Amino acid sequence: MRHNGPFAKIFSVVFAAFMLAPLVVVIGVSFTPEGFLEFPPSAISLRWFRAILDNPDFIEAAWISLKLGVASATVSSVLAVPAALAIGRGRFAGRDALQALFLSPLTVPTVVLGIAFLRFLTVFGANGTFAGLMFCHAIIIMPFILRLVLASVTGLDRSTEQAAVSLGASDWTVFRRVTLPAILPGVIGGWVLAFITSFDELTVTVFIVSPTTTTLPVRLFSHITQTTDPLVASISTVAILFTVGLMFLVDRIYGLDRLLIGEGSR
Amino acid sequence: MKPGSRGRPWALSAPALLLFVVLLMVPLVMTFILSFHSFSFYGGIAPTFSLENYAEVLGDSYFYEIFGRTFAIALATTVICAVVGLPQAYFLSRMRPFWRSVMILVVLGPLLISVVVRTLGWAILLGNKGVINTALRDIGLITSPIRMMYTSGGIVLALVHVMVPFMILAIWAALQRQDPATEAAAESLGARPFTIFRRIVLPQAMPGVLSGSLIVFSLSASAFATPAILGGRRVKVVSTTVYDEFLNTLNWPLGAAIAILLLVSVLTIMLAWNKLVEKRFAGVFE
Repeated sequence: MRHNGPFAKIFSVVFAAFMLAPLVVVIGVSFTPEGFLEFPPSAISLRWFRAILDNPDFIEAAWISLKLGVASATVSSVLAVPAALAIGRGRFAGRDALQALFLSPLTVPTVVLGIAFLRFLTVFGANGTFAGLMFCHAIIIMPFILRLVLASVTGLDRSTEQAAVSLGASDWTVFRRVTLPAILPGVIGGWVLAFITSFDELTVTVFIVSPTTTTLPVRLFSHITQTTDPLVASISTVAILFTVGLMFLVDRIYGLDRLLIGEGSR
Repeated sequence: MKPGSRGRPWALSAPALLLFVVLLMVPLVMTFILSFHSFSFYGGIAPTFSLENYAEVLGDSYFYEIFGRTFAIALATTVICAVVGLPQAYFLSRMRPFWRSVMILVVLGPLLISVVVRTLGWAILLGNKGVINTALRDIGLITSPIRMMYTSGGIVLALVHVMVPFMILAIWAALQRQDPATEAAAESLGARPFTIFRRIVLPQAMPGVLSGSLIVFSLSASAFATPAILGGRRVKVVSTTVYDEFLNTLNWPLGAAIAILLLVSVLTIMLAWNKLVEKRFAGVFE
């Protein structure tokens, strides 16, 4: 195949600069020794990283986001794996409708989901609770897990399962010893993608948090809408580094290309 | 797993289905009902049934302006994403494997980073004392800052950054299906690169552009973080208006009516777009 000419190369470099610019300025600004936003920073200082430690609000919010991400991704995976096994194998009446329902959180505007959850949780007195947040997040992130697990399930060779059944293995044993190990990379990939989505979620969460369950994106958002200081930049830098670390991890386990592009690039 | 037992798929899906019915369908129906209730500052929400909220939204030019701005921003974002994403996806498919991996990371990596963080970056870049204005002033191109924060243009720029990965993903998927031999054939027959792009690549990439546009448009029309941070109260869009009605004015019924109108208009546009695409490109999707 022919490779790119000079125009294509320049275009790609400019485009890459556009994609990286906002991240670079956030990271750059966070190292300033000054009390205001300056880029490039006049000197390198960790002043605003130390300042994070003086703001327990943000640390508490990060903890809540972490716990929420782990809990909701786990709940969502536990529900999505059997559903993906059902949808991915064979046809049955209502299969398409079921799949459409489980993918629907991607189509409904998130702000609509946010107020719907708020209305529901308020009526039942569960607004602002961690459990309420967790189940709402489990719904929002379900499509991401379902798609990756479905991709693994449809690519699965069923003869090993049939062999296990013919040797007298119970359903649960077949699932635990044969099916699950085979689809595990897809489940882990989906779990990580779901965790990141939950960890970053703002639009729905902003409606259903209480002061005691405020997540990191919501805390950052309300801080930024009032003032932008280097503190939000240093916290964002830590969040970026955390995400980059996760990306490396997932690249090792599942392959980042596959996670982002889908099964086609295998 | 044993073949047979008809109820099995439903049994396996039951837990997820239960969660979705109880915590997604019921809340959406409740929100729909809420939009017919009435609200007063002293009495709060009254469980009446009237169309007054819808009448208020549809009868007020203030709301027309907000809906118009929202869809104009979404349309501009979609068009720019298509115009930039199409060549970039094509170049991506022609890169050497190493650079392609690097570029995929650069293009798609930001998807995994919080929109709040990315929008903060744009706020730092676009402010009156921001990076871009300071740089332009330092090299003497401008004397007074160009206003980019709190403008629709600034929101579009930041939304393109958020949405363009989805467009590139969709076009990339379409380009993967094309046969590189057609390009080689055109080249051996003496076609110039631009002609190859226009006559061979573009038609095959079109389904990707169209499905990418659908995703980008619907996500942009309901985007919240970016317009909230870069537009504030000065450049309101539908989602930030709903937010204000719910969390500041506390007029939930009106907010619900606005949200339902957003949902209905986004779904209508998506369905119409799908119909149009299917009709026009029926052959391409095979």
